[in-house]
Amino acid sequence: MSQYIAKRALASLLVLFIISIIVFLAVRAIPGSVCTIVLQTNDVDKQQCDAINKELGIDKPVVTQYFVYMGNVLTGDFGKSLITKKDVWEEMRVRIPLTIELTLLATSFAVVLAIPIGIISAMRQDGAADYGLRFLTIGWLSIPSFWLGTLLIVFPAKWWHYSPPVGYVDIWEDPFKNIEQLYMPAFALGLALSASLARIMRSSMLEVLRQDYIRTARAKGLRDGLIVIRHAMRNALIPVVTLFGLQVGVLFGGTVVLESIFTLPGLGGLTLSAVRFKDYTQVQGLVLLFATVLVLINLVVDLSYAWIDPRIRYS
Amino acid sequence: MMVPQDLRRRPGLATRAMRLVRKKPVGAASGLICILLILVAIFASQIAPHAVDAAKFPRLKPPSSTYPFGTDNLFRDQFSRILIGSRISLGVGFGSVAVGTVLGTALGLLAGYIGGWVDFVVGRLLDVMLGFPPLVAAIFFLSIFKPDGGYNTRSFLLMCISIGIIITPTTARIVRGSVLGVRGLQYIEAAESVGNRPFRIMLRHVLPNVFAPIIIIASIQIGNAILAEAALSFLGLGIQDAAHPSWGGMLQDTRNWWQSAWWTAVIPGLAISVAVLSFNLFGDALRDILDPRLRQSS
Repeated sequence: MSQYIAKRALASLLVLFIISIIVFLAVRAIPGSVCTIVLQTNDVDKQQCDAINKELGIDKPVVTQYFVYMGNVLTGDFGKSLITKKDVWEEMRVRIPLTIELTLLATSFAVVLAIPIGIISAMRQDGAADYGLRFLTIGWLSIPSFWLGTLLIVFPAKWWHYSPPVGYVDIWEDPFKNIEQLYMPAFALGLALSASLARIMRSSMLEVLRQDYIRTARAKGLRDGLIVIRHAMRNALIPVVTLFGLQVGVLFGGTVVLESIFTLPGLGGLTLSAVRFKDYTQVQGLVLLFATVLVLINLVVDLSYAWIDPRIRYS
Repeated sequence: MMVPQDLRRRPGLATRAMRLVRKKPVGAASGLICILLILVAIFASQIAPHAVDAAKFPRLKPPSSTYPFGTDNLFRDQFSRILIGSRISLGVGFGSVAVGTVLGTALGLLAGYIGGWVDFVVGRLLDVMLGFPPLVAAIFFLSIFKPDGGYNTRSFLLMCISIGIIITPTTARIVRGSVLGVRGLQYIEAAESVGNRPFRIMLRHVLPNVFAPIIIIASIQIGNAILAEAALSFLGLGIQDAAHPSWGGMLQDTRNWWQSAWWTAVIPGLAISVAVLSFNLFGDALRDILDPRLRQSS
């Protein structure tokens, strides 16, 4: 197992290394000069430009720049925003809790919906309930989360004059107000995830239910409910966990849209405004942060998968 | 030696179509809607009752017989805009799936057939692609190449590539898996033994035999691609042109009027959902018919 961990961890490190190079080079490849962005004007004189380039360190060769930048990043210094001059890491740090909370809430919504739906669908395979639920889930997959999010803002306000409180508060300050602000975007974000999780849960459940040990359990007279909970569900969850690892990225992408719709001060909203204002140091930091978290989550998923199912790590 | 031969007449196209309708009614219906949507996109300017940028109608009228989908805040007919909007939505949807499928198939073929270090390199490349959150990757890509947002080939291609790179890893993995399944078969060995070059074997012998999964995964991804295009347009990163609206862009344009005019909020979103739903259902049915064992991987 430790050998497997080492192998996977090394592979993840390699991937992160390549990602950092790509992000770094891509930002440098942007046409146009940095000082026009920094000074927010097109007529800049050479001297000003040189000063700015020197300050940002972009007068040095690209390879040097990369190692200087990465060295700084590893010590938590992502540089300063081109536009606001604020510290890039500080801007991200204050927004991380919100985005984590939003993704966790969305995930819980998704899991709570998906697992029972998948199980019921599999147990009543090809029955009316199965068809209904399959149609429902594929319908959910087709609803754009940003559209759902905006409908959730518009219609309750129109019909019942209800809208979630504005002005974001931290969960430690006022948990109820905080949850009231977040449950709508979390639901909009989690619905599509729940649909894909439910579909994979159904198919893996179907596979597990055909196994011999389920028949044995049934033969010794165990009740259906117990068979599902004690024997089938745990094994059926493995592919669900893998799919979840792949879908975390989709959740991150979704936060960009939903945070901007619900005007929540999270990483997603920051990404969007950084892109709009061409604040490339901020964009660079954000993309690196997202990618790192994503790669690490997938590493954990991979490892837990191998831990649950020993066949994986020996293949 | 007698070769057994099926002497029954092959059923005609009509019979086969009927059989399909009976066995997969939902799939057949959604397929029909997909074809209809494509036809609408192609002939949009002929069907549309008004010009999309004609701002000469009463403002914010609810749906009625004269304006089936109502009018928007800028005095325009929403029905015509939805019809024309299908062009960008479906166009970018298909375009990005084409980009993703071609790239993914090429990578999957190379990795699966050659194996060894090529497999390793392609595998890490896919890991790198999967390391970026999909929408964030597309936003990052678009922010670097800065399409001017106009209705031109460059913006269109950039949109397709930005969404295509999201699709590529999934396709590549599935193609690689299928190629590995085919690779050990005897006819490949036969082709190798008579001295065919690897490249030729890949294209002539391996590719046709992994076509089914490629078609399936492509059809499943069309829905996702349409959703991604809508999200990017909604965020203002897509093609923005008054004369060539997109469904996601329409939602953004009317955002301030959603509460007072529900149809501006509901109808473009519904158009996206209907299109995505019918492509999803169609892809699903196609998977059941062509390869029931291929797992859902969207």
